[in-house]
Amino acid sequence: MDFSKLTVIEIRDGIKNGKFSSEEVVKFFIDKCEEKKDLNAVIEVFGDALDRAKKIDKKIASGQKVGVLAGVPIAIKDNIMFEGKKMGCASKFLQNFVSPYTSTVVKKLLAEDAVILGRTNMDEFAMGSSCENTCYGVCHNAIDSEFVAGGSSGGSAAAVAGGLVPCALGTDTGGSIRQPASLNGVVGVKPTYGTVSRFGIVAFASSLDQCSPIAKTVEDCELVLKVIAGKDEHDLTTISNDLSCVQKSKYRLGVCRQVMELLGRSASKDKFYALLERLSETFDIVQVDVPHIKNSLACYYIIAPAEATSNLARFDGVKYTVRSQDAKDLESVYVQSRSEGFGREVKRRIMLGNYVLSSGYFDAYYNKAKRVQRLIKKEFKSAFEHCDCIITPTTAGTAFKIGEKLSDPVGMYLEDVFTVPANIAGVPAISVPYDEMNGLPLGVQFIADEKNDALMFEVAKLFEKVGGAK
Amino acid sequence: MSVLDDFDVVIGLEIHAELKTRTKVFCSCKNEFGDEPNTNTCPVCTGMPGALPVLNKHAVELAIKAGLSFGCAISPYSVFERKNYFYPDLAKAYQISQLVYPLNVGGQIVLDSGKVVRLNRIHLEEDAGKLTHIGRGVGTLVDYNRGGTPLIEMVTEPDISSADEAVEFLKKVRETLVFEDIANCKMEEGGMRCDVNLSLKRKGSNEFGTRTEMKNLNSFKSVQRAIQFEAERQAEVLSAGGAVVQETRKWDDDRGESFSMRSKEQAQDYRYFPDPDLLPIKITPQDVERIRGTMVMVPSERRKRYVEEFGLPEYDAQILTSSKYISDYFENCVKNFNSPKKISNWIMVDLMKLVKGQEEFVFPIDEKSLASIIKMVEEKVINKTVGLQLLDKCIETGKDPQVLAKEMNLLVTISDEQILELLRKLKIENAKVAQDYSNSPEKVVGFIVGYVMKNTGGKANSTRVRELISQVF
Repeated sequence: MDFSKLTVIEIRDGIKNGKFSSEEVVKFFIDKCEEKKDLNAVIEVFGDALDRAKKIDKKIASGQKVGVLAGVPIAIKDNIMFEGKKMGCASKFLQNFVSPYTSTVVKKLLAEDAVILGRTNMDEFAMGSSCENTCYGVCHNAIDSEFVAGGSSGGSAAAVAGGLVPCALGTDTGGSIRQPASLNGVVGVKPTYGTVSRFGIVAFASSLDQCSPIAKTVEDCELVLKVIAGKDEHDLTTISNDLSCVQKSKYRLGVCRQVMELLGRSASKDKFYALLERLSETFDIVQVDVPHIKNSLACYYIIAPAEATSNLARFDGVKYTVRSQDAKDLESVYVQSRSEGFGREVKRRIMLGNYVLSSGYFDAYYNKAKRVQRLIKKEFKSAFEHCDCIITPTTAGTAFKIGEKLSDPVGMYLEDVFTVPANIAGVPAISVPYDEMNGLPLGVQFIADEKNDALMFEVAKLFEKVGGAK
Repeated sequence: MSVLDDFDVVIGLEIHAELKTRTKVFCSCKNEFGDEPNTNTCPVCTGMPGALPVLNKHAVELAIKAGLSFGCAISPYSVFERKNYFYPDLAKAYQISQLVYPLNVGGQIVLDSGKVVRLNRIHLEEDAGKLTHIGRGVGTLVDYNRGGTPLIEMVTEPDISSADEAVEFLKKVRETLVFEDIANCKMEEGGMRCDVNLSLKRKGSNEFGTRTEMKNLNSFKSVQRAIQFEAERQAEVLSAGGAVVQETRKWDDDRGESFSMRSKEQAQDYRYFPDPDLLPIKITPQDVERIRGTMVMVPSERRKRYVEEFGLPEYDAQILTSSKYISDYFENCVKNFNSPKKISNWIMVDLMKLVKGQEEFVFPIDEKSLASIIKMVEEKVINKTVGLQLLDKCIETGKDPQVLAKEMNLLVTISDEQILELLRKLKIENAKVAQDYSNSPEKVVGFIVGYVMKNTGGKANSTRVRELISQVF
């Protein structure tokens, strides 16, 4: 049986009803990972996945109560800790690092009887929008292998789109789930900041990072998010966010004037207008303003590198990162190890972060960015007085060719121009496929107000029915 | 004539003290000195990827208690920031500390001279681990047991003007922190450490000189010597027409001198910014009052009360408040028998003798029993010598003094009739005494009382004897 077309819920129900076993399912996906090795999406299949599947089959057979993800294989991004398993953030600096403890998200998946299938490729330390900055080799787009998978959770998105796994966790700091989901034609969500515990996930920018699922349908994402969400005593920034379903008879979508300006002459503009046209039958569509939304990207490239600089300082060649062979004294342990260990993009952001935090520049950059962030949050709040969700394209275009933007860091940063605002404002957003262009998928994004994740899911589910890609 | 004659010394102190919490400030590892290296550690305090800090409430309460003890204003809103620098003892390569919004602001300590030393702030932060160098070329070992221990950092204004004042200040800080059970302040274990900022000002001038910072001072003696050394060094530089370089210096206690660690140009840029993993601390007036309720009175306030209310000499008050234990012990005794000066004498002389040379001690007798013995002596039921015997026996057996006194037959009181009998006997045997008594009684009363005491083995009540004399003579 070809399980690669099935959703998480279909697989879960099939196992539960005895149509097939978790062992069969997991075996299928392990083979699939091997078959599509060239995609470079799943970099390791965990050796004990099949055993775990058998155990869960036994549990079901013996009539014991099982969790809501019983027997379903799920992959995790290479920056999520699972005790005893390798974890490397796609960096040669963390070669052979083995997680000494398990992250809250993995614990929660295990508690619901999911099978952790393996780990997925990513941009090094989650920095990048193409999954090309990785020590495992470029991850390819699942639809057309000449194109990038997007990033940084490119491995997770390509794995789901390529049928290697029904669902994978990613992390999203500025669009790292939604952008690759969009480029691969799958669904990716980023919840309200604080909904999911960050404990055991390697931090990039702590105040923006959220871990969340990528799957084939909105419903699958919703189910898995519900499992991993919740206040965690190990993460003080977690909040209680009620994800139970909220339904309305009609939903109002806001089209943000400033986003449309940004969309400008981009290739997907006509497709997006056509989509809005189609949707006007099902949804009320209004115009809204988030005047400073354009400044989100600038804010992001100050706040994120500042936090990253500090978060990545612990990778110093002293404790668990690879120490340079040439290191002779303390100074060279630091300098040599970090010079050899980190890739170009990571170094670029570390330097950027140190610059904006350094004495004399702190107010001009960091503090100013924080002020603009507060302004943008306020503007989003006002916009949501007029609509349930703001609708935007997830990206300006489809996936680009591998290598195309490697020497153009700013062009690469612009990939995130529509996704970054939700991280800056701390609000939930979801990318759902809606069309294609030259054979490559296009995604649309729904952004909701803080803690309105449930409402966002309802809108996205309705959209899937009436306007989603077929 | 000293090189320092032309200058005023200007000193500011930064004091670090480890808080007496059961666990560390951002994880649940034990906060314990002297355990096997790297046994009290976890992913959080070893800086593992993905680990996040969780704030220990008790550490915040103790830091606030310190603030209240020194008259600081408690901030309703305070923020943890990351101080970024690389060093192997700092697992995360940043220290969680406070900069712009500290927990406690202002405050002061008054020296015995009446001089006020103002505090700038007292903030909460985490300690680093400990390095052990095992020889050049061999390597260095890191122990993260101390990493993440809660610390308060107290920063003074530059109000201190001599080594003696600095030491007096430090002693007062330690006294209060120990008394309020905030910190152990064991300097030999690194539980209390001090950095000294020092500059010289030409006498009569209003201009501050360039300051240096001395680190690594972990005894009162080294603070004293380091200040003396540095003040003289700067005076010599200035007197020779030179300029003091702004720098950080490390004090070498063995060699009795400091040496330059790094100059201003090499100074680190710590790139502070608010820690996104920790929420701002919000303290309500109710929180402050609840914490104030856990405080015992600071020693200086107790001393004042002992002198003013109990009429004790300053010297007694000083000794009785040298620790919270002694002070509480004394007050409990007074509650049982309201004779503060007598109790003070017993504690200072007779009890202190029993615990001499011990650093941390418990008196071998409870407050109620001691008060009971003192009461017997004061009411002349027994005399002091017998009282001391009773004390020994009490400690030995742990029995109630009243019960013991009866068992030991110490309480046998001589009846009036027995006294009168003795007095009559004396009158017959010694006619001269009777004669002298009728002439001038005051001259022989002592002799008569002595006679009765001698013949009763000291058990007669001398006051009662005096009262009965006139009935016979």
